Amino acid sequence: MMQAAPSTPGFRMIRTLGAIAMLSGLLVVLVFRWTEPIIAENQRIAIEKAVFQVVPGATRRVDVVLGADGIALATDAAGEGETVYAAFDEQGKLKGIALAAGAQGYQDVVKLLYGYDPACSCIRGIKILKMTETPGLGDKIAFDPGFLRNFEALSAVVNASGDGLTNPIEAVKHGHKQFAWEVDAISGATISSVAVANALNRSMQRMAPLIQRHRDALGEVVR
Amino acid sequence: MQGESLGFIFLNAAVVNNFVLALFLGICPFLGVSAKKETAWNMGLATLFVMLVSSVSAYGINWLLTELDLMFLRLICYIAVIASAVQLVEMFIKKFSPSLFRSLGIFLPLITTNCAILGLALFQTAKEYDFLQSVVYALGAGVGFTLALLLMSGLREKLELAEVPAVSQGAAMSLMLAGLLSLAFMGFAGLGGSHG
Amino acid sequence: MATLRHQQEKLGLDTFLRGLWEENPVFVMLLGMCPVLAVTNSTMNAIAMGLATTFVLVASSGLISLLRNLIPKQVRIASYIVIIATFVTVVDYAIQAISLDLYNALGAFIQLIVANCVILGRAEAYASKQRLHTTLVNSLGMGAGFTVALLALGTVREVLGNGTLLGFQVMPANFEPWVVMILPPGGFFVLGSWLLLFAYIRQRQDQRVLEKGGVSDAR
Repeated sequence: MMQAAPSTPGFRMIRTLGAIAMLSGLLVVLVFRWTEPIIAENQRIAIEKAVFQVVPGATRRVDVVLGADGIALATDAAGEGETVYAAFDEQGKLKGIALAAGAQGYQDVVKLLYGYDPACSCIRGIKILKMTETPGLGDKIAFDPGFLRNFEALSAVVNASGDGLTNPIEAVKHGHKQFAWEVDAISGATISSVAVANALNRSMQRMAPLIQRHRDALGEVVR
Repeated sequence: MQGESLGFIFLNAAVVNNFVLALFLGICPFLGVSAKKETAWNMGLATLFVMLVSSVSAYGINWLLTELDLMFLRLICYIAVIASAVQLVEMFIKKFSPSLFRSLGIFLPLITTNCAILGLALFQTAKEYDFLQSVVYALGAGVGFTLALLLMSGLREKLELAEVPAVSQGAAMSLMLAGLLSLAFMGFAGLGGSHG
Repeated sequence: MATLRHQQEKLGLDTFLRGLWEENPVFVMLLGMCPVLAVTNSTMNAIAMGLATTFVLVASSGLISLLRNLIPKQVRIASYIVIIATFVTVVDYAIQAISLDLYNALGAFIQLIVANCVILGRAEAYASKQRLHTTLVNSLGMGAGFTVALLALGTVREVLGNGTLLGFQVMPANFEPWVVMILPPGGFFVLGSWLLLFAYIRQRQDQRVLEKGGVSDAR
């Protein structure tokens, strides 16, 4: 860089700041362009892994926007609605829908992904995506085998009028589970367990009727 | 998350996830200016004020950068705008309220490098709060910061009168105290559990 | 030792070692405490954070040292902040590309490296006055000192709080983890204990010097 002959201090300041800003902008854009595809690929793998975990038997996924006025492919990005992941097996048969949900837990928001199987009207699996529950107590919601067994076939049947669930998904005290729509809470981590049940209930009340209404269309999106 | 009530956001930022004692943001001023209640109070107020200003500006920048599709410049813009916002606020106060400037003045430049301010901007972006939620979140964070600072300074003033081994004086003792305070604040967790 | 030398420092072993012990950013200068406390609940996070900070420190100090005669005094802080923020953005994207799990574990604290006073302090007190090669070595030493401090906390907290080290079980099976160690209070307690230990060592050294009849220059 050459020193311009006579320059006022103000000009020098602006020139230096401008040059530094341009340099940094260039560097950031270069790195962004270079890492963008890698990051997108990492995110795709992470989502896929989670989706196939909550929908047993699935090997393919299609992102769908599901709203009150029907379904659209997420790539078309039209219409209002929530993005869900339709999961299919090798033969192209709809195995389930993976949805994201969240609710306030003990420390902060618990975010999770769960798989809903429209054929049996039940939840097939959950995976906790983000939480800051107490280690040793609340964080058991992510891996406690007894708790996760709740979600192998958690009933979520749409009611007759088609605007919600017949029986809301509820957490009950540890060892008091009687019905297929109840979640057996972990003893010592009731609030965290309730958070999971709340998240599922709130999401399902809204989405289950939509999924059932557009079930045939969802089965077709793979083609 | 959408749909969090404003009261809950405030409570969450002020005590459940207190910026200093649970998220470890703004530790430097927390240890540095908590020796006296008077200074702690002023520092707390100055921080609260700057938090509100930077929360609003961060909301604006985020909106602008999203419109322009320039998300990768977010961090650089945040820090630059927060730093200049603090400068502007300082000049403004100096001109219109010299008495306020005398009590807050020396703390304002210190706050620019306070990670609680930048943290606030980043968290409100990550949580996708709308405008009103962001402001309430900033208010809660500032109140929580002031609360932590006041509690700490109260403890430290009492400790001046106690005889402690020479080796444990200073930063080590302050950190142990902060640990105890943090332990106490963990009791606030679960406040939001009944919600929703 | 703490005098600001405006003359150029000669490159020596001390240029590097100072950051590790004598002027350790965390244990001695008490700078950059936020990430030290926040991300040290596991050893892996501590290593990643230490490396990321070291990279930003070395890269930004190097660039500032190169540009030190071109940046006018009045806008130097603004220039430093922009340069540092640039390198932090670079690291932010690099970590996302390397591992999303790691990125999620560190959360916002990667971006908060910008507000780490160690880096701005180095830029102001050293890089803006010294030549490139001494600056690089010095900031590498500071980065190493910072990483060591993070590790000192991370290992203790993971072993006591979870019974593991880098994810491997190291404590006997009947060991009941001290969960508090990986919770926020544990960070304060462990850092406080380390500072206590160092204060004790320094006190012993001072005493020994006094006993030998020498003049202690400490404090």
